[in-house]
Amino acid sequence: MRYLPLTTADRTDMLAVIGAASVDDLFVDVPAAARRTGLVSLPAHEGELEVERDMMALAAKNRAAGAGPFFCGAGAYRHHVPASVDHIIQRSEFLTSYTPYQPEIAQGTLQYLFEFQTQVAALTGMEVANASMYDGSTAAAEAVMMATRVTRRSKAVLSGGVHPHYAGTIDTMASVAGVEVVAQDPAVDNEAGVIAAIDADTACVVVQTPNVFGTATDVTAIAAAAQAAGALLIVVVTETVSLGLLKSPGAMGADIVVAEGQSIGNGLNFGGPYVGLFATREKYMRQMPGRLCGETVDAEGRRGFVLTLSTREQHIRRDKATSNICTNSGLCALAFTIHMSLLGEKGLRQLAALNHSKARQLAAALGAVPGVEILTPRFFNEFAIRLPVAAAPVVEALAGQGVIAGVPFSRLAGGMDNVLLVAATETTTTSDIETFARMLNGVLA
Amino acid sequence: MQSVGRPTQPQAVSATPDTLTGARGLLQDEVLIFELGGWDKTGVDLAEPELDASDLGDLVRVEPIGLPGLSEPETLRHYVRLSQKNHAIDLALYPLGSCTMKHNPRLNEKMARLAGFADIHPLQPQSTVQGAIELMDELSHWLKTLTGMPAVALSPKAGAHGELCGLLAIRAAHVARGDARKRVLVPTSAHGTNPATAAFVGYLVEEIAQTDDGRVDLGDLEAKLGPDVAAIMVTNPNTCGLFERDVIEIARLTHSAGAYFYCDGANFNAIVGRVRPADLGVDAMHINLHKTFSTPHGGGGPGAGPVVLSEALAPYAPAPWIVHGEDGYSLDEAPAGAFGRMCAFHGQMGMFVRALAYMKSHGTDGLRQVAEDAVLNANYIKARLSPVMSAAFTGPCMHEALFTDAWLEGTGVTTLDFAKAMIDEGFHPMTMYFPLVVHGAMLIEPTETESRNELDRFCDAVLKLASAARSGDADRFKGAPFHAPLRRLDETRAARKPVLKCPPPG
Repeated sequence: MRYLPLTTADRTDMLAVIGAASVDDLFVDVPAAARRTGLVSLPAHEGELEVERDMMALAAKNRAAGAGPFFCGAGAYRHHVPASVDHIIQRSEFLTSYTPYQPEIAQGTLQYLFEFQTQVAALTGMEVANASMYDGSTAAAEAVMMATRVTRRSKAVLSGGVHPHYAGTIDTMASVAGVEVVAQDPAVDNEAGVIAAIDADTACVVVQTPNVFGTATDVTAIAAAAQAAGALLIVVVTETVSLGLLKSPGAMGADIVVAEGQSIGNGLNFGGPYVGLFATREKYMRQMPGRLCGETVDAEGRRGFVLTLSTREQHIRRDKATSNICTNSGLCALAFTIHMSLLGEKGLRQLAALNHSKARQLAAALGAVPGVEILTPRFFNEFAIRLPVAAAPVVEALAGQGVIAGVPFSRLAGGMDNVLLVAATETTTTSDIETFARMLNGVLA
Repeated sequence: MQSVGRPTQPQAVSATPDTLTGARGLLQDEVLIFELGGWDKTGVDLAEPELDASDLGDLVRVEPIGLPGLSEPETLRHYVRLSQKNHAIDLALYPLGSCTMKHNPRLNEKMARLAGFADIHPLQPQSTVQGAIELMDELSHWLKTLTGMPAVALSPKAGAHGELCGLLAIRAAHVARGDARKRVLVPTSAHGTNPATAAFVGYLVEEIAQTDDGRVDLGDLEAKLGPDVAAIMVTNPNTCGLFERDVIEIARLTHSAGAYFYCDGANFNAIVGRVRPADLGVDAMHINLHKTFSTPHGGGGPGAGPVVLSEALAPYAPAPWIVHGEDGYSLDEAPAGAFGRMCAFHGQMGMFVRALAYMKSHGTDGLRQVAEDAVLNANYIKARLSPVMSAAFTGPCMHEALFTDAWLEGTGVTTLDFAKAMIDEGFHPMTMYFPLVVHGAMLIEPTETESRNELDRFCDAVLKLASAARSGDADRFKGAPFHAPLRRLDETRAARKPVLKCPPPG
């Protein structure tokens, strides 16, 4: 077996050193009733060649996004990732290392986490950021929990623009923590609708921009309303590239910003692994969940980095911790950091502008298809359209013709069967857009 | 004499001067990208946008963001230099107890990067991702068969997230029968995530005592079980590296009190293929794919923590559920009975691909051998080190060997000092001061992917250090490490006045 270095002779010699007659003697503490003598009923081992063949057969049954025109967004976006990103994250020293608990031999990991935190703080316009969460949705749920700790209140108000999967994740966590969730009905452009729902029990208001329908909103007034009532404003961003073009949540008064960082450095991967961004004001730093990397010096006074403020965390505080999170999303954060370093401010702004331009082209093309109505008033790189018929069958029909037309809203929640969410990125070509518009016209005709 | 091109020979020198630049030979003193990058520099070449952003009015971000850029060669150099400051499994044995730092097969990486897995969207039409859902179903089959459990929730993104999932299922089951309960019992030796998770779900956490031989104290468990106990959370094999001999009785007592048995499956590697948790009476158990099933730890994630569930808990599993019907595979996003959802989308697909490639590589025969070799390697280390170091418990261990610091008494060397000196000898330290139930714990987990040669190299190094500690050479330990990229770091200073980012350019 190629992953097992011990030989039969090694095993015999080692048992002799241990003083055991057989390996079974080492399992003597297992109750007899639970000892399995035979093999579990599963296939036997395979060579690399055979495994590769099996896996490629499964992969071949999927239609890759890059195989043709593709317009899905709704929380996961197809962007081009530079080749050097994937090369660096596969270096053994990054791929096969553990959480940097021994900082003297983990400065590589710690320094990139420090760079990551700085980049995330800059992007979101916030004072501090952590070293990543699992993804945007779990980060959003953690943000709600954090707001209840900060405010000692127990109600969360969610706008109708929050991604339904995010709302569902928040709802699941909140339900057990005794937090009441007041979720507004899905609405294309009504973030300000949350203001009326704020009361003296409200711990936080959760809004998303661009929201799940693609609508970009200036949340300054919502922030002011929330803060006037003693609540925190949580801003959710599912498309991080938008921060290269749109006003930062921090500049609009957000107290906590959570984002899905997949768009930078990470592929679609059918939904995971992704990387959650989490940023807040410095005064709430000690209430943050997750790992934090901080600057310090070594015994000779040289700059170095360590995990810090771990008295918030489960391995020290156990049942008093701010969160139970342990493993986060280190390697995806590295991919994010490398890609962001390659982009720089100049590249990010251009990437964002290009995404926006492609989406405007797409809107112009789809808006010209008879029966199609563009619903989203201001968008970054995705928007919602209303079709004259249910969206899901149309998407299926177009998939049969080689076009992945977007995400029917009905995949996420009930009630808007004719609404289709479509996104364009720098990977979308003019020809993709023309093909989509032509085929949609054909299906609707 | 003309010496160019002739072989050279080192000259004797009396002292080692500091370098003039801060570099240490090939190890560069690398600054932050914020001190390196240009504000008008980029490492990507993108097309010009055809349309502008005039439609967005004052939503447009005008002020500088604060993100420096680098060209591609500078980026490579920066991150490759950083990489060289890390220890890694591929460099040497990485004996972190409770972490299962095994070899990460590169075939898994290659498979996860196939466009048919890496470049598919979680919400594209299900008719176009039949292979992906089939893969999830096949992974489920392997996990269910290896554990003997009837159901599995794949979506949890890490071990602690799996614990959360398991407790949410347990809570839902209690609520469904109108019997909401208040307490969760956790042994003193548990991972910190266990009490943190239970508290997060709103339960009061109560500790169960441990016996002198490192197992759950049955008498204490029985005394604390009662009609308000929702669950016990027991790690098996436990964090002392021992199999809970009375686990079947623990399950019986728990069930007869109307509570559920949550098993922390962090140490499943020790028993995979030899013991099925279902046969022990387990109701829910998370499986860290990044431990037992070899997906890379990646410097702290991403992981994956699928949770297997018993018949009693399966109806409450979170969305999505995999459905295999006449029309093929589909994902049900709103199944009746589900307690909710753990995250957006369907879980860590990239990790599912790697784990399944690993399982297929080993097969049922190889996986059983994995457990046996993991346990053999740990016992070999225990046998070689026990004559000098103080083993915490007698008898065979499972996949990890636990020592106390009793053998260091009077040397002036602490567990921490000893660990830092191991760095100088080229090894990552073992897990220190965990579990909390023994004094100055040193927990060593070699895994099955270490050769006899590497095990001996490790044991020889530890034994040499041990004899140095005992012969009064305390300075070697107090100041260690001396030969790492940095000397010991000031963690107190970092926490006192936290600096969590590079200051903005001024």
